[in-house]
Amino acid sequence: MRPGWRLLVGQIGWEWRIFWRIPISAFFTFVFPLMLLVLLNLLFSGSTFGEGTGVAFAQGFTPAIAVFALVTSCYTSLAIGTAISRDEGVLKRAWGTPLPRWAYLGGRIGATVVIGLFSVAVMFVVGVVFYDVVIPWGRVPVIVLLLVVGAACFSALGVAVAGLTPNGQAAPAIANATLLPLAFISGVFFPLSFAPAWLSTIASIFPLRPMVESVSEQFNPAATPVFPWPEIGVMVAWGVLGVLLAARFFTWEPRAGGARRRRGAPEAA
Amino acid sequence: MAVVEVRGLKKSYGDVVALGGINLEVAPGEVVAMLGPNGAGKTTTIEILEGFRTPDAGAVTVLGSEPVAGGRSFRDRIGIVLQSSGIEGALTVEESLTMYSRYYSAPRPPDEVIELVGLGEKRGGRVATLSGGQRRRLDLALGILGAPELLFLDEPTTGFDPVARRHAWELIDQLSKTGTTILLTTHYLEEAQRLADRVVVIDRGVIVAQGDPATLGGRDTARAVIVFRLPEGVSVDGIPNAGSIEVSDRTVTLTTDQPTAALHELTRWALERGRELEGLEVKRPTLEDVYLRLVDRQPDGESVET
Repeated sequence: MRPGWRLLVGQIGWEWRIFWRIPISAFFTFVFPLMLLVLLNLLFSGSTFGEGTGVAFAQGFTPAIAVFALVTSCYTSLAIGTAISRDEGVLKRAWGTPLPRWAYLGGRIGATVVIGLFSVAVMFVVGVVFYDVVIPWGRVPVIVLLLVVGAACFSALGVAVAGLTPNGQAAPAIANATLLPLAFISGVFFPLSFAPAWLSTIASIFPLRPMVESVSEQFNPAATPVFPWPEIGVMVAWGVLGVLLAARFFTWEPRAGGARRRRGAPEAA
Repeated sequence: MAVVEVRGLKKSYGDVVALGGINLEVAPGEVVAMLGPNGAGKTTTIEILEGFRTPDAGAVTVLGSEPVAGGRSFRDRIGIVLQSSGIEGALTVEESLTMYSRYYSAPRPPDEVIELVGLGEKRGGRVATLSGGQRRRLDLALGILGAPELLFLDEPTTGFDPVARRHAWELIDQLSKTGTTILLTTHYLEEAQRLADRVVVIDRGVIVAQGDPATLGGRDTARAVIVFRLPEGVSVDGIPNAGSIEVSDRTVTLTTDQPTAALHELTRWALERGRELEGLEVKRPTLEDVYLRLVDRQPDGESVET
């Protein structure tokens, strides 16, 4: 039998292939963030990043949009896709094969992270080519670290949300209702300079704002960023919470019918 | 050594007792069909054997392992066709089989399996475009893909047209001939009779009868029934009567222990008078008759398969 890690790598490949055949998920992960990038550039064209710095405004919000694209993939898409697959019985079928369950779930998570990072790359390529974004090459290792920690955090939360949704139909509502308001108060769509302090404080408790701000900060040529320990700390804490919730609530059996649910508690993962 | 060994298996969901003490053995190469009404406990039993559910009490050994603890090597040796389970609709039939074949140590070639289940024409078609019956055939294909020693089939031919059903039966026969042990559930008594070496009737979480489908419930030794239409202008009193006789409308039902003699008398009587016995039939209790007697109860719309 193939070793588990090889099956995991293979699963990522298959999930990647499946992703590109479902236009709706490709739209939300690639087209929608690109639309945001283009629209924000139209709105703020000619503005600069801070008074008289001469740095293009896109330098400020391209990292925020990139982070949003990544989170859309490894939180929203992962939660919705996994909950629907569970209710269709895809997860149970996989469970019945010699594929280890960690390799199946790891394949789904790995694919959304790879796809999300690909979307990040697309945002930056568009930013560099069309909107004069400058990549701070010296800070790239820190940026990659932040993106990977953030992706891990939101993947854990995505699996937790899949476990917490009563059924696959409710998953899109729950995933979007948790992420979109957070995106508004976390500086994804517009800068938070005019937001009241209390709103800003609330946003900082959740993992999205620390992720957006720490990544954006790396792109600010005027700043001399310190290593973002506090932001990483918040993301890790939420990631741990996500893992705990997933371990408690994630199941491999369909939940579509109420009858099945009433009759018995589904087996824990 | 038995492939499946179950002793005193019990399982409850809350207050509902799904299984009240099942004992079951399946020998290597045997084909066993589980029959029973919805909610009788068939699927619960099979899902415990597959390792999806944990029993409350009892000893369960499948291929020498405890199913829930069996792990990869156990799952490599079994094949599962669930009552319903999904499959990635965006993949083609061929891709699905290729993806799943990677999980097994010695899978059958996907091409061969596609031909075996008769999906050759749909090889390159997306799973989402398959009809219900085609999808069920893909379920079957994925079940046998790992060349399992033990194959679980939970209502394998539900939704099949008669041609596809015969085809599936031939395939199951073929697997059985090559030594695969098969445990199936079905609502089609014809299917059980056609495929199974042994049928096990489960009702309300207990086994109420089991045996060869040909002899279950004393079918083979039960009294025979001769049925025909009473010819015009003939009184029932004139008919030679070897057993008990009943007439309803113009249909005569003659029950006897000696059908050969009774039939001989009856046909001689008719020939001597130059009469034809319309609708003449000799019947033994069918598997369905025996089954219905065993699980005698009103159709229960409330009960749910667990």
